[in-house]
Amino acid sequence: MGDVLTVRNLKAYYQMAYFGVDREVRAVDDVTLTIRENEIYGIAGESSSGKTSLIKTFAAAIRPPLKIVDGSMTYRFGDLEIDPYKASKEDVDAIRWKHLSYIMQGSMSLLNPVRRVKKTFEDFAFKPMGLPRAEFWSKVRAHLERLGLSPNVLEAYPHQLSGGMRQRVVIALATVCQPEFVIADEPTTALDVVVQKDVLAMIRDVQRQMRSSVVFVTHDMSVHANITDRIGIVYAGRLVEEGPTRTLFTAPKHPYTAHLVASLPRIGDTTPKAALEGRPPNLADPPSGCRFHPRCPLAIEKCKTDVPPLETVGSDHRSACWRSDEVRPLAKIGTPEPEVVA
Amino acid sequence: MWTIIRDLIRYNIEFAIGAMLVGIIVIFSLLSFFSPYAPNDIYVVFPDQPPSAAFWFGTNSRGQDMFWNLTFAFRNTLFFGIMVAVLSRIISITVGLLAGYLGGWVDRSMMFVNDIFVALPIFPILILFYFVLRSDLNMFTLALIMAGLGWPFDARLIRSVAIGLRHREFTRHAVFAGMSPAKIMFEEHLPYVMPIVFSTAMANMIWSIGFEVTLGVLGFTNLNVPTIGTTLYWANNHSAMVVGTWWWIIIPVALIIATFLGLFLLAVSMNEYIDPRSRLRRMGGE
Amino acid sequence: MSTLLEVSNVSMRFVMGGLFSRNHIDAVVDANFTLSAENPEIFTIIGESGSGKTTLARMILGLEKPTAGDILFEGKSAAERNTRAARLAFMRRVQPVFQNPFETFNPLKQVDRYLEATARSLLGARSKADVDAAMDDALQKVGLSLKEIAGRYAHELSGGQLQRVAIARALIPNPALLIADEPVSMVDASLRMSIVNLLKELRDTLKVSVIYITHDLATAYYISDRIIIMQKGHVVEMGPARTVLDTPEHPYSQLLKSSVLSIDAAGMGDLRPADRAMAEAAWSRAGQGALVARDDGRMVRTA
Ligand SMILES: Nc1ncnc2c1ncn2[C@@H]1O[C@H](COP(=O)(O)OP(=O)(O)OP(=O)(O)O)[C@@H](O)[C@H]1O
Ligand SMILES: Nc1ncnc2c1ncn2[C@@H]1O[C@H](COP(=O)(O)OP(=O)(O)OP(=O)(O)O)[C@@H](O)[C@H]1O
Ligand SMILES: [Mg+2]
Ligand SMILES: [Mg+2]
Repeated sequence: MGDVLTVRNLKAYYQMAYFGVDREVRAVDDVTLTIRENEIYGIAGESSSGKTSLIKTFAAAIRPPLKIVDGSMTYRFGDLEIDPYKASKEDVDAIRWKHLSYIMQGSMSLLNPVRRVKKTFEDFAFKPMGLPRAEFWSKVRAHLERLGLSPNVLEAYPHQLSGGMRQRVVIALATVCQPEFVIADEPTTALDVVVQKDVLAMIRDVQRQMRSSVVFVTHDMSVHANITDRIGIVYAGRLVEEGPTRTLFTAPKHPYTAHLVASLPRIGDTTPKAALEGRPPNLADPPSGCRFHPRCPLAIEKCKTDVPPLETVGSDHRSACWRSDEVRPLAKIGTPEPEVVA
Repeated sequence: MWTIIRDLIRYNIEFAIGAMLVGIIVIFSLLSFFSPYAPNDIYVVFPDQPPSAAFWFGTNSRGQDMFWNLTFAFRNTLFFGIMVAVLSRIISITVGLLAGYLGGWVDRSMMFVNDIFVALPIFPILILFYFVLRSDLNMFTLALIMAGLGWPFDARLIRSVAIGLRHREFTRHAVFAGMSPAKIMFEEHLPYVMPIVFSTAMANMIWSIGFEVTLGVLGFTNLNVPTIGTTLYWANNHSAMVVGTWWWIIIPVALIIATFLGLFLLAVSMNEYIDPRSRLRRMGGE
Repeated sequence: MSTLLEVSNVSMRFVMGGLFSRNHIDAVVDANFTLSAENPEIFTIIGESGSGKTTLARMILGLEKPTAGDILFEGKSAAERNTRAARLAFMRRVQPVFQNPFETFNPLKQVDRYLEATARSLLGARSKADVDAAMDDALQKVGLSLKEIAGRYAHELSGGQLQRVAIARALIPNPALLIADEPVSMVDASLRMSIVNLLKELRDTLKVSVIYITHDLATAYYISDRIIIMQKGHVVEMGPARTVLDTPEHPYSQLLKSSVLSIDAAGMGDLRPADRAMAEAAWSRAGQGALVARDDGRMVRTA
């Protein structure tokens, strides 16, 4: 299995000057990871922890004030090796849609309100697909049906569709060219659970067929549990834990992950669930040392001053915590029925 | 604001050229305040002199120094154009936003009136006004009349943007934040129509100045006020081309073309000023 | 006992397409329910994407006129609120939280404008200090502060921050009814709990009724008193939340519950579609039959 995306010590900050006052939001701070061929890599974390910023940098879709401050990022598609931030604009445009596609967060509101859905498909997908017109449309229709949408949506304007329908239109748009690397930011948040399950199954089927890579961002841990192969947990701009999905759920090695897994209510459960104590860190002025220390039940003096490195704690499993051996799972994860095989 | 203009000049060649042309014309017209001669005095210099070191733009058959005379002409013409643009923008913004945001019968009746104005033949109406008002038709009245005629296309354009905005969720949010319709229209929606307002303002100036020149050349304005139109009228009246005093015609025409070109380039590049996305693209932000 | 909100036989039909192709969509068909003024409750609407939840919410807010039926808030219909004063009075009592936080704020304006406008025109705060205090107060309730928000544009805040600002704004006039359309779909699990706990607290301490539209059955179970389940515009099941979600009766409700992803099979990649027979039953019976009352207080659509 090859690595498709290699990221080394990536730092991307929002750098702004308001009326002479400089502000720097460290949304992506020193992230090192690799995304392999044929896997779904989940990214989870708190709201405003920098998930969107991180994958925006992956997608080479950053704009000022967000800037790459340090680090490197390389894609490898077959023989093509490219660092979007060093390559020319033409080369980067050439890999968009065809090799790399990006489903933005809240992208359902990005559909052009005065153009029919059909036109949007024509604008974005017709050229990269390079098919004759009739074949193109039959392919688009088939693809929409696969996502549980009637081809009639092509005739509608975005405001005539419900939130969930728009979201599926956007997913269809980004996957119709069958790119090798798909980056999806909260693609299923507006879907009902029945449709969500179908859409997730569709995304996974296509991914397995194509042996492509998918980076999947959501804060819904139950979605992560069921679709991803590996998960990276982001806290305050840093990658704090990374490992195979099951391991993260059953044996987390970072206190924040342990909390995240346990915080979900379930049907049939009405015991009061508390949210994490304290407030999310301000990325313009993050806490010293381990950024989680002010909210961490295991924090010791060392955590306040020294930044814990992301170290291997098990097979394929890395965690950035000074006391990672002492972290215990807070929730009991059931054992799956034996007949279920991945 | 200044940084925006600086960025525009640095990254947008159309804007730089447009701003330069318009800037030169504006400075030129401001020189009128230092003119040694009153605008309407005639035979103050030796007539029919070609351009020279003493008379940069030559002198005309009426014994006026063309350089100073044209500074007055441009001042009046530009002032006229700006006045028409500002007044007609006010009308088109008000009509466009009201019709677009309120919709319903307000929209229908406003668009009915709008359609009538679109259909009006402007030139015959202006001539009619001239014959009715005669010497009462000064610059100011003419500007009012032109403003009254120059809004309908732009109002329609603004309305179409406003209709799109009415369906956006943030408009509903604003309603439930207790903002009044006026506040929503003029604070929430106005920024979205500003690119249209700016670029149409330039186009509108070209339009109104064009009419002023035409009317002036034909003698349908107050001939005692120096404008580009009346300058050309007098030149024509003295058969400038035939007599060989070509500078009397060529120089004002060249300057007015420069003005139009400058305004046009500004109109085109104004979109960049408002639409931050295309601005960033130019600065290599993408 | 007085009613706060009465929704009776409400239907909504959208006509789509041009002159020749007259498609219509029945977004909401014959919805009925009431909320009482004395017993504030969290009333959850759950259902398929495109089943008319947002449309129903918008009709209650008076943003859309139902094609049939009446919606009365404190005895008054939207048609009777025909002056600005009456509408402002309505907005003091009913406030929305919209679905997509990225669309809720004007991208060209700072987000605190909305809070300020609310404080001024709905709460009647006059001085700058009062307005700021009201804004900060509301923001504190959702775990933010005015300092973090002041002067920021929507694109500078994350989805979760925006949604919390939107909720804070809705709380400023101390409304009696909050209509929250998927308020937690964009926030993380921990924040989701804090927002959901906040809604609960609003109900218990401030006596605010909440219409909570969501796709998340778990939080619905956790906080709601009553629930309705919608499919293709029809209410298919309605009743006490726990009863309905513990033992759903209508095939669509059952399908919904069985499709909830669980974390127990983490990493096993189990995305098998729900039981075929159940799905068949759910889709084939969409919209058929009438609501029939059961002994345990719920109503189920049965053929
Ligand atoms: N354009 C911007 N200018 C300044 N700060 C920004 C900008 N965009 C985002 N930020 C800040 O960067 C931080 C990370 O935001 P980001 O959108 O990456 O979070 P996220 O993890 O995707 O959150 P969510 O789950 O809520 O979408 C936040 O503190 C946010 O306020
Ligand atoms: N303005 C409109 N014109 C035409 N059809 C519309 C309009 N608004 C909504 N609809 C249709 O009405 C139906 C219900 O939409 P609604 O937005 O209420 O669904 P929803 O239950 O909120 O879905 P979601 O969970 O996906 O947000 C959809 O089929 C939609 O296409
Ligand atoms: Mg995000
Ligand atoms: Mg909805």
